Amino acid sequence: MEKVAIVGVGQTTYERRKEDTFDELVFEAATKALADAGGGIGDIDNIVTVSNDFWDGRTISSMGIQDAAGSWDKDISTVEGDGTFGVLYGMMRALSGSFETTLVVSHMKGSEAVMNLITNAIFDPIFQRSLGIDATSSAALQARLYMEKIKASQEDFALASVKNHKNAMNNPNAQLPMDISVDDVMKSKMLADPLKMLDCSPISDGAAAVVIATEKGAKRFKKSPVWIKGVGHVSDAYTLGYRDLASTRALDAAASKAYKMAGIKDPMKDLDVVELYDAYSYMEPLWYEGLGLAKEKKGVELLKSGATAMDGDLPVNPSGGVISAHPVLVAGMTRVVEGVLQLRGEAEKRQVKGAKTALAHGINGACGQSHCVFVMGV
Amino acid sequence: MGKKVAIVGFGQTYQRSSRKDVNGVELINEAVRAALEDAELTINDIDAIVIGNMDHFEGVNYVDCWSAEGSGAVMKPIFKVTTGGTTGTTVAMCGYYHVASGMFDRVLAIGWEKNSESDTTGAIVTAFHPVWERTRFGGAIAGLAVEASKYMHNYGVTERDGARVAVRERLHALNNPYSQLHQDWMKGMEPEQIVDLLVTSEQNQMLAYPLRMSDMCPRTDGAAAVVFASEGVAEKIAPTPAWVISTHNRHNYVFLGDINWDRNDTLEAAAKKVFEDAGIKEPLKEIDVCELYLPYSYAGLKWMESIGFCGPGEGPKLVWDGVTDMDGELPVNPSGGVMSSNPIGATAILRVGEGALQVMGKAGDRQVPKDVNYSLCTGFGGCNWADVMLLGKKKPS
Repeated sequence: MEKVAIVGVGQTTYERRKEDTFDELVFEAATKALADAGGGIGDIDNIVTVSNDFWDGRTISSMGIQDAAGSWDKDISTVEGDGTFGVLYGMMRALSGSFETTLVVSHMKGSEAVMNLITNAIFDPIFQRSLGIDATSSAALQARLYMEKIKASQEDFALASVKNHKNAMNNPNAQLPMDISVDDVMKSKMLADPLKMLDCSPISDGAAAVVIATEKGAKRFKKSPVWIKGVGHVSDAYTLGYRDLASTRALDAAASKAYKMAGIKDPMKDLDVVELYDAYSYMEPLWYEGLGLAKEKKGVELLKSGATAMDGDLPVNPSGGVISAHPVLVAGMTRVVEGVLQLRGEAEKRQVKGAKTALAHGINGACGQSHCVFVMGV
Repeated sequence: MGKKVAIVGFGQTYQRSSRKDVNGVELINEAVRAALEDAELTINDIDAIVIGNMDHFEGVNYVDCWSAEGSGAVMKPIFKVTTGGTTGTTVAMCGYYHVASGMFDRVLAIGWEKNSESDTTGAIVTAFHPVWERTRFGGAIAGLAVEASKYMHNYGVTERDGARVAVRERLHALNNPYSQLHQDWMKGMEPEQIVDLLVTSEQNQMLAYPLRMSDMCPRTDGAAAVVFASEGVAEKIAPTPAWVISTHNRHNYVFLGDINWDRNDTLEAAAKKVFEDAGIKEPLKEIDVCELYLPYSYAGLKWMESIGFCGPGEGPKLVWDGVTDMDGELPVNPSGGVMSSNPIGATAILRVGEGALQVMGKAGDRQVPKDVNYSLCTGFGGCNWADVMLLGKKKPS
């Protein structure tokens, strides 16, 4: 594969309610990414936007923001899914020979949406929706099954929330920087047993953008490139009953593919920093297993060991993760953006010293049905 | 540099006004099986899948995830792309870029829609700005009626000219067993005679002047899937692969009020880019067949001019002269086109699939009676958005 790089990143702050419109958010992120790259919209050959008609309450949701992404007289397309899949498509288009650079943008205003109705619409309209199942209640099933499988406790999962919210205190963009204890998590309001308020990511507004370039395209920009070394994406089955929700086989497959491309043999040793999609506290140890950072059933053990804390061998979610800001669709792209900042040594107070290889992870669908994994390096 | 890419298989469901016999996932599965059978592949041969439709028609969120058990995506790479009416070509382009990137060798691209489960106009209206335009926009028909009126005004075009396009599409559809509309009563009649009937019949209801029922596309349940393969792989799968020569799109407009109503300038710009890539100087002479996303009759006049098949205002003459009929110099929509079947998320990928069939010589009764070296496929949607894909028999150099 020809080399492909990320040369610019931009993100807004993430907040519970921003006054900006969708297009203003996109314009802010896109403008920041272009400025960060040291280029302008004239250096962009094509554009990929990321949006979802349900979340935006607008059919053809991409229509509302594509002018803000600078799409006039350019090739453009829209991915409806997590931002990591948008980055993936932007990368494919750059590699196709038709374009040398792609601008990828994503936006979300959770404040204008009704999370439980919108995620209820993921489920089968006849047999499941009427149960009221949504992202959080389905995640609760997964959390419960995973607890049973590995004999973990709610306090174990709470550790991920404590760690990530504390990390968020170093990230000026995060929505929920908090110094909390396991006890605080345990005492927070029960939303769907065993998930309590502080086990769950918040509703968030925000936008992010990245500039992708081939080796040749990267020369248009001033910023040194961060290279995409490997990528993999795989979906599991849809029907929850057809899946073993405590199994991470789709993430295993996606990560294996990305590691193979990137020449990663032992991810725990070869990676320097990880940004993964912890929409709920239990997801962090579960995804450790899928990403091969811990063996099967050993995710919680790794979390408890402190190896994934800021001062550990492999810091996970120095940004505070998705649990500290969850603009849906944007959140995976934010993982990519944070990975890039780490590799450039520009992550300020949340910087992992000497990071050379970073992993970014995004999910689509209920209980992490579909995964996208990027390995990036300098 | 990217890899060369060809279409090696195409499958579609029977397009019908209501497919009550299947649910959405089963409908998708029907098209996937047909495409795999056409390419003589199994789902195990497929490296990645891309799918698209419009969320608000069926009210299903995260369709790539929801459809996995029908599309064959369980434990495979899949994601969704969607851009409204252009979704089908957007999906096809995404399948193309999957392979052109060198990351995947055999990719399945799926478009589908079950309009019988939707309030189509209700959903389309929400595509426009909630404050400035949604309250005024009357849906697809009203918007297109404005375009048709302006075009009639500019060039002295008549309702008979529009009807002539409708007649061509419906006559062609009679050759296509998959098409939704089969207006058998038109069989054996002269186009002029049918045109006269259409513009005078009281049964042919006026929807929004100058558009009558016969000028519009129907709402359809249907799905279509195309298999893309890389060079080296494609030649082994298909005896005559349909190579993707070039593809481009332009989605310039956000607000209806900004549209240039005199010219379809997005289609013009996208087609120009494609012709530049392919070295095509005289489209009318060099293109052999078209599968164009013409959602209503007057598009078959004005948009022919935008693509560059004739000069401004010359569309009616081109169509009346029979140039775009099956036995003409440039047959347009041998399948019967969008005006004969319109499963929206599948509509534009049907154009690509049908265009590929013409290159591969597999279009059956609707195969045009001439050599096909180039077939031109388009998608239309959004706010005058245009997608263009040129397919050819000869592998691009």
